[in-house]
Amino acid sequence: MTIRHHISDSLLMAYSAGQLPEAFSLVLATHLSLCDDCRARLGSFEAVGGAVMEDCAEASMTDGSFDQTMARILQGAPRFAPEPARSTRQGILPAPLVDYIGGDLSAVKWRPLGMGVKQAILPTEKSASARLLFIPAGANVPDHGHRGTELTLVLQGAFRDETDRFGVGDLEIANEDLNHQPVAEMGADCICLAATDAPLRFNRLLARIAQPFFRI
Amino acid sequence: MLDAGYAKKSDATHAAQLYVAPDSDAMHRREGSGLTTETKQDDWAALVLRVRDHKDRAAFEALFRHFAPRIKGFLMKSGASAGLAEECAQDVMATLWQKAHLFDPARASVATWVFTIARNKRIDALRKARRPEPEDLPWGAEAEPDQQEALEMQQDTDRLGEALALLPEKQRALIEKAYFGDLSHSEIAAETGLPLGTIKSRIRLALERLRHKMT
Repeated sequence: MTIRHHISDSLLMAYSAGQLPEAFSLVLATHLSLCDDCRARLGSFEAVGGAVMEDCAEASMTDGSFDQTMARILQGAPRFAPEPARSTRQGILPAPLVDYIGGDLSAVKWRPLGMGVKQAILPTEKSASARLLFIPAGANVPDHGHRGTELTLVLQGAFRDETDRFGVGDLEIANEDLNHQPVAEMGADCICLAATDAPLRFNRLLARIAQPFFRI
Repeated sequence: MLDAGYAKKSDATHAAQLYVAPDSDAMHRREGSGLTTETKQDDWAALVLRVRDHKDRAAFEALFRHFAPRIKGFLMKSGASAGLAEECAQDVMATLWQKAHLFDPARASVATWVFTIARNKRIDALRKARRPEPEDLPWGAEAEPDQQEALEMQQDTDRLGEALALLPEKQRALIEKAYFGDLSHSEIAAETGLPLGTIKSRIRLALERLRHKMT
């Protein structure tokens, strides 16, 4: 797998700073699970965070705070919930995505969008939404534009749009400037993970009417 | 302050050596010499390993005195009240103790590792949201990481701090705001003034080291 489309510096910085909506973090965590290059870059952005904190104006701790902390540690710190067991990769699904689906691909609750295209919305907080998209080989996603940012990560197959080809592991970052009509390549059905922080803007009336029903 | 820290490398090393046999006497000599804020990242790493291997309370206290007020300051800059920031800083330090076995000095400096713990604590406490993490890499913390690699990784954070300190005030303030959480992701994306190029050139070495380690 050769990944050609990576996480931008600004998104990686926002992720390392903990500033992204959950749905975007999910897409990036999934890409990072597939891409050592971006994982190494994330390490360097976290190092920037470390340097910022190291340099931060100190705020005095209250008297006795060290002893309180020690006491908590020695009591076994009941405030710490045990770490949930981490999922492992299931086929084409990296671990962070398995957490949100609650299993492998067979656990996905697909809903048809017409023309063989299917989606499954994943549970995240509402400032952005995440969904899995299934596009049959050769089929297209309705022509649309974006009000905010749309991240699309390919998990299986490949799609092309006006900008380029996107294969497994590739991340497309689309914003207001891009109107596109992604088409799945022939060969394998295309499965993507997509997140948006604003509803998409469909260019054809029928798709616009259908939009509220499908929460695209 | 940074310059003074670098000029006193031999003193800092000496201070770290005192921890080979920590006792209250050594603690006093160390504090008396005023080196608490000047110890460099590689010395902090040695202390975390003492916490990991020996549950060394004196080493932990030295880490606490240095990092806890910075974590608290960082969280207050991020919008936490003094009370909440105090509680979270204690949480972060307790996590450092409990997860010391996960610290790998060849992958991150102590400051970077503490930052990631504090960031996650901030997300839990302030945003009540989740931040999905990448899946674990097959390589975990090594029992005996390569000494040279580890040393260089720790020094990278010091160099990065120097690079940040050398930035023009306005640019440094922007980067700080991004990490304090004062810029939304779209503001970060739109902020053309972010001097990422400058920083990236300084940390290219660190990046190469991480890549080398992962492939």
